[in-house]
Amino acid sequence: MKEITTSRGDGVRITLSEEELRRDIVAGSEDAARKGKIDPLSEAEIDYLAEIFMLPGRTVSVEPGREVVVSDDGAALMPSWGRPSAGHAIPISDHQAILMYERVYGGDTAGLGFPDYSYKPVKSTIGYARSHYKTISMLTTVPLVYGSQPNMGMYYHPTGPVESPSDYFSKYEFDKAWALQEEAAERMRGDVLDVAENLYEVGCEAMNLDTSGSAGDADFWGCLNVVEDIKEQCPGMPVEMGMAGEMIMGMHGKLTHGGERLAGMYPHQQAVVAEKAGVDVFGVAVNSNTGKSTPYNLARTVTFMKATSDAVSIPVHANSGMGVGGMPMTLLPPITDSTRCAKALVEIGKADGL
Amino acid sequence: MGGVRTAGDLVAWMQFTRKMKIDTAKAYVADRLNLKVSDLTDETVMNQVRAEKGIGSVIPDHIEYTGIAAKTKVARLLDIKIHSVDLYEQHLRG
Repeated sequence: MKEITTSRGDGVRITLSEEELRRDIVAGSEDAARKGKIDPLSEAEIDYLAEIFMLPGRTVSVEPGREVVVSDDGAALMPSWGRPSAGHAIPISDHQAILMYERVYGGDTAGLGFPDYSYKPVKSTIGYARSHYKTISMLTTVPLVYGSQPNMGMYYHPTGPVESPSDYFSKYEFDKAWALQEEAAERMRGDVLDVAENLYEVGCEAMNLDTSGSAGDADFWGCLNVVEDIKEQCPGMPVEMGMAGEMIMGMHGKLTHGGERLAGMYPHQQAVVAEKAGVDVFGVAVNSNTGKSTPYNLARTVTFMKATSDAVSIPVHANSGMGVGGMPMTLLPPITDSTRCAKALVEIGKADGL
Repeated sequence: MGGVRTAGDLVAWMQFTRKMKIDTAKAYVADRLNLKVSDLTDETVMNQVRAEKGIGSVIPDHIEYTGIAAKTKVARLLDIKIHSVDLYEQHLRG
């Protein structure tokens, strides 16, 4: 009986029989279908996904003609960002890192950002962001996308000016807790717009709101609102919105956008409201279960990805790596998994990019 | 898609500036370059096309167009608005 080597969501290598492989794929797809109220993978898609895992090579790739583009949340800056965290210890600047990403690694786009990767600190160092963006954009040929995380949670005490709503939820003071979330969202919205306007002045080609919705539905609400602001104040500047997770947590519960309640939305629903707000490229995030196999996690992701791609007319990129997009929760992504995830997300999930 | 080694950046520009899905973006770029879609990921074909069009390359002999000069040509070739290019041209005009 053939044994297939794969991994678990925590990165540990495991082996599965063909029967176990197929069982996990079916279970993952059915879980996504049940939670998202979407179609599960068809028998043919299940068979194909199983084949992908059974391919003999350590790395796999898409069939010719199915290539897609990549966007990132700072991947282009990994060589230079290693310095602050003492990771890579390579004496290289952001400029050099991005040009290497463009001309050596062949990235289709390049992400620029600040090492403290949230919009709140970027606002404080906007001069640094402007000068970096202006200089590097004169050198790059690929789209240079300025990315950061809205991270509404940073606006709560002790890192921000707004009291924590948790303190009021515990006392059943819901009106106060809701009001605090809305205040944090409005402050976040203002900061993101301020950064966007400043970068637009120096020729910003596109913005990325990475991990939108990380602090729940108020965070997502703030992000949708700021997309509309950016479209109005920075005409023609594309906005990429990458999500934080597969479901919008209802930390508030009552916020809507365009008449749609945001709490509880899954990727195919998130993409629809994002498209209506004016988002140009939408990034799907589906969480990996560290206790389940990668085939299970990838089947869940591909099921959500397919539904999302079908739901909107804008390009949809799959976020894949470090616990999302089928990938195990590890700092160093195993290439056996990353290439299989990429192949499945494109060929079955109909991703327009990664 | 290989970025400036092939046509990945061009396809990405169409996704970001015109919200095109991947197949639509590839078809548009191929049409603008008078190529087949399959040529867009052919390094040999695209190396020559990029040199002829002056839209940037990774081959040292063709390095004369990079950065803002290449992006200016990309914007004209694809009939898209690239904000850094528009701002640069605005600055040139004083």
